[in-house]
Amino acid sequence: MTMNRRKFLKLTAVTTIATAGGISALELFKDSKLEAQGILPLEVKPLTAKRWAMVVDIRKFTKEDNYKKIIEACHLTHNVPDIGNPKDEIKWIWTDTFEHAFPGQEHKYMPEDFKKMPFLLLCNHCDNPPCVRVCPTKATFKRKDGIVMMDMHRCIGCRFCMAACPFGARSFNWRDPRPFIKELNMKFPTRTKGVVEKCNFCEERLAEGKMPVCVEASKGGLIFGDLEDPNSDVRKVLSSHYTIRRKSELGTGPGVYYII
Amino acid sequence: MKIYDGGKILIGIIIFLLVATSPFSYNMGKASVKPEPKLDTPEIQKMEKKQCVEPKEFMKAEHMTLLNDWRDSVVREGNNVYIGLGGEVYNMSLQGTCMKCHSNKKKFCDECHKYVAVKPYCWDCHIPPKEN
Ligand code: HEC
Ligand code: HEC
Ligand code: HEC
Repeated sequence: MTMNRRKFLKLTAVTTIATAGGISALELFKDSKLEAQGILPLEVKPLTAKRWAMVVDIRKFTKEDNYKKIIEACHLTHNVPDIGNPKDEIKWIWTDTFEHAFPGQEHKYMPEDFKKMPFLLLCNHCDNPPCVRVCPTKATFKRKDGIVMMDMHRCIGCRFCMAACPFGARSFNWRDPRPFIKELNMKFPTRTKGVVEKCNFCEERLAEGKMPVCVEASKGGLIFGDLEDPNSDVRKVLSSHYTIRRKSELGTGPGVYYII
Repeated sequence: MKIYDGGKILIGIIIFLLVATSPFSYNMGKASVKPEPKLDTPEIQKMEKKQCVEPKEFMKAEHMTLLNDWRDSVVREGNNVYIGLGGEVYNMSLQGTCMKCHSNKKKFCDECHKYVAVKPYCWDCHIPPKEN
């Protein structure tokens, strides 16, 4: 009962603040001691969208270094371990050849450099994600903004999602990842032995009003935005360039596009 | 009246009593002192009005459910903002908020948890603050 009353009072407080003008009302607290408690920098406005999506402009990835910086930034931010053997590898963003990334699209006469070039790959945050459908605990679910999210607290490590994902975007922790993380990012949790993990489109950064860290590190090679907003950067790029998606014939509706 | 094998029976009874009361004697002496979670962290010392995100009595009894609510709210509903009853605004984060104030995990969280013998598995993933 006390819990209910508490929740009710909170709701009232939130609604009052919201009606009094949203963030600007919160602004009142800005200089108070609350800031000293480090609780939340209040000027922060989360980035929101109806459908987050990404465009990979492969023309901007000419050197090995371009990819490396991005992968490093992501894996550092999210405490992704470097286990050092392919069998146990954990990856949120990685590279593979055209042939592997876009099977069926390759042919003998395509440009030589295309055949050898690495392509940047990550979770496609599908419209119709098979991983979500097979998860028995709803540990993997789709948010309203299109992000296919993992609730680590619910993952039982059954790996159905890994079998279901046609993009190999998920990794299983066969061993305790902590000893393999060179530099811990104290702001983000690690994972533990026995759970599956993957890219979260930097959901935790969006909540703080920041772009995904890969987008930041890519210096224009990755474009991120709201697919439902005709004025967004992604839409502008998509309407002016020819793009392909990975295995779109499977009907999962990938949210990552590639300018070839 | 004579008890046959009285001596043996007596020894048997004594051994039985020793074994039966062993859990008590085992804990004797190190009788757990009442836990005293320490609040002397830099972050809390800076505060004028020393208060938690909710009243102390509520925190004592309900911090596990509060944490579960925070977890679900952030991870499943994408809402990171928690409003305390006094209007304080908090970022719902175990590592970033709770442990920023309670940066003395060993002398605070662990102090109580050892006493009641709970081992929250949160720290398998969430990174505890650096302590000596
Ligand atoms: C702004 C700093 C701050 C934050 C953030 C904070 N606490 Fe506290 N906490 C305190 C202070 C100060 C007290 C002592 C309150 C009192 O004595 O009235 C306290 C008391 C408590 C107590 C009761 C201790 C006792 O002696 O009975 C628990 C349990 C607790 N906090 C857990 C948490 C948890 C869990 C979180 C995160 C959800 C959290 N705290 C976040 C400052 C904080
Ligand atoms: C005043 C003593 C006290 C303090 C201080 C305290 N706890 Fe607890 N905590 C408890 C008790 C008692 C339980 C067990 C309740 C039960 O089993 O029903 C518990 C249980 C928990 C649980 C649930 C564990 C489980 O396995 O169900 C979590 C999570 C937790 N505490 C987190 C924290 C964190 C984080 C802090 C420090 C910021 C903290 N607690 C500080 C007394 C305390
Ligand atoms: C298997 C690893 C794992 C375990 C075990 C775990 N967490 Fe988490 N938790 C995470 C990850 C990863 C996130 C961040 C999700 C995100 O923001 O994308 C998170 C987020 C949270 C959040 C919200 C955001 C934040 O930064 O704190 C809370 C609250 C939380 N967990 C509480 C708990 C509590 C309480 C426990 C123990 C009872 C626990 N977690 C155990 C992995 C774990």
